[in-house]
Order: sequence, then structure tokens, then C-alpha cells
Amino acid sequence: MSEKYIKPSRDIAARMMVDEMVVMSVKDSRVFSLNPVASVIWSAADGFTPLREIVARKVVSEFDVDAEVAYQDALELVEELAQEGILLLADHPIGQERV
Amino acid sequence: MQRVTEGGGQTSVVIGGLPIDIQSDNRDFIAMLEKRYAGFVAKPANAGIRLAVEVVAPMGDGEDDELEVRYKDGRWMINRGDFHAQWDPTSNLGCVRQAAYPYAIDSVMRIVHSLVLAKRGGFLVHSASAIRNGRAFLFSGVSGAGKTTISRLAPPDVTLLTDEISYVRRVGEGYQAYGTPFAGDLGRAGENISAPLAGLYLLVQGRHNHLSQIGPADAARRLLRNILFFADDASLVEQLFGTACEFVSRVPVYELTFRPDGEVWNLIE
Repeated sequence: MSEKYIKPSRDIAARMMVDEMVVMSVKDSRVFSLNPVASVIWSAADGFTPLREIVARKVVSEFDVDAEVAYQDALELVEELAQEGILLLADHPIGQERV
Repeated sequence: MQRVTEGGGQTSVVIGGLPIDIQSDNRDFIAMLEKRYAGFVAKPANAGIRLAVEVVAPMGDGEDDELEVRYKDGRWMINRGDFHAQWDPTSNLGCVRQAAYPYAIDSVMRIVHSLVLAKRGGFLVHSASAIRNGRAFLFSGVSGAGKTTISRLAPPDVTLLTDEISYVRRVGEGYQAYGTPFAGDLGRAGENISAPLAGLYLLVQGRHNHLSQIGPADAARRLLRNILFFADDASLVEQLFGTACEFVSRVPVYELTFRPDGEVWNLIE
């Protein structure tokens, strides 16, 4: 199974409001608010950390959920956000090399 | 830039402390504006934005036409079927070509104010607003949410700033709401005064009066839905997003479910 990598699109503005991330597409002004779990994933979306690692480190440990269930939910979420055009999703690292 | 000629006239419409001087060869047009914006009219002082209006034969279908607002070669180009306008934000000079009715210049002024406010951390918002006990309150919602209704229900100790479009500026660490002449179904301009903002109420009509404070993420999302912004400009949209987030972190935001009777104002203080 290939790894998945995620990174916020360039055409967005985002801000964490308490524990929820608010994201706006500056191309068409659509606004999204992410729940706390989705916000944690979004905040860790640096383009080079595999999604599975993000889920293991940030979600499973903090929200006490089954690792595989959490990963499948996360995959569904990032695919949805990618379809909305606010998140980049790829099978390879995005944007910059890990240092 | 058009020069005021004999037979022409000029006036100044001051909203939110920002004067827009309007000059035209058509004195009747200026007289019509002075009547429409009475309470917000001042003597032109060349202190703010200056628009020269060329009055021409009617064109386009008016407010139903598509609006285009874009920045090109150092000026904002503002076009709709019933008017063509340009405004240079550096020199503050602009011109408008439109027929002799007020709706076009009304739209141009709203757009120019929204552009100025976006740069200064403020905004225009679909919202009624009012002052009570020296503090201002916004009542926001889309058409039909109850902005005019709650304005009509206001008790005598409340001063209305508008029943349609509110003017919000960042002042110091907080926000200030200003009266506007932009009227909704109430059909009358607001008072030309201002006060510090104490709350934003998102209107929902219901069978009971009920107030609940909402979280900042939901508040920002719902506020952004009601902010007026017309320009196709990603950088300004991003700035406006930051402004909305900043606003909800400084001003309490509530969902106000209300039934159409005056008791709802017992919740506003």
C-alpha cells in the first residue's frame, strides 16, 4: 500500500480558532471549519510526513482511537478536502524534501 | 479627471468617517444625492475620495447585471451593466459613468467602502445595527433572516444605525459600528453616529426568544458568509478572512433565535 502525503493548497487562508481550523478558499471564498481531529491532521500536513505517521503520532495518541479505523477515517477526510481543492494529496512527498 | 463646470455641482457623502466627494455637471443629480443621503452629506473638503460622475442615458439592466470588480494598472475597475467606474486608490480620484438614478452610485460607494475597509481591518456586512446604552450591536443574516423585523421592534431607547448594511471599523483593540444610509425594507437611513461594538447576533426566526453564544470557528464561518465583498482579488480576500477571525476573537458572537415581538430586545444589552 503506497503512502499518502498531504499539504494545504496555496490558494487558501487558514486559522486555528481554539481547537477548530477555519479554512477559506481565496479563489471562491468558500469557508470550511474542521473538527478537532481534522484540525490536528491539517496542522500536521507538511507535505513530507506520511499520512499514516501523522495519524499514529497526532490522532491515535491524543484521541484514543484504533489506529486502522483512524487511518481510514483520515484517508476519507483528506480525499474529501482534496476534492474541495483546499488540500493537496499525493503518493509522493509534496513541495519540499525532508531535512 | 472631470472638472466641475458652471451648472454642475458637488457634494460629499461621509460614511464611517470616510468622505466620498461626488461632482457632476448635472446639478439635479447632485441634488438627488443630497436628498437621498441627507444626514450623511457634508461640504466637500477634498479630504477623501473624489468621484466625478458623468450622467448618461440609461444602460444595462441595473442590479441584475453581472458585477465585475478587478484591479488593473493601478486602479480598480468597477463595471456593471448600468455603470462603469474607475478608482485609483493612490490618488483617491475616480470617475463614474451612469444614468441619473441613485442605484448605480449607491453600488459604487458600497464597493469603494468595502475595498477601503478590507485594507484597514474592517468590513461591510449584511446586518442591521443599533446602539443601546452607548454600545453597538449587530444583527446579521441573509435576506429574510429578520434584520428589518428586529429593527422595527426596537424600543425607544435604541438608536438604529441601519436595517440592511452595517459599517464596521477596527478602532484600537476593538471595533466600532457606524450608521449608514443604506436602507433595507425599513426604507429609512440610519443615524449618522457610531459606538463600540459589544456583540454580533446571528439571526434565526423561531417561536421562542433564545440566545446562545457560539464558538469562534462557527462564528467566523457564519460571519464570512454575510460580509459584503465584491472584488476578484485573492490577497484582499485573504486579508478579509484574517479580519473576520480577528473580529470573532474580540467580539462575542451569539445565535439569536427570536419571534417577532419586542420582548426579544430584553436579551440585548
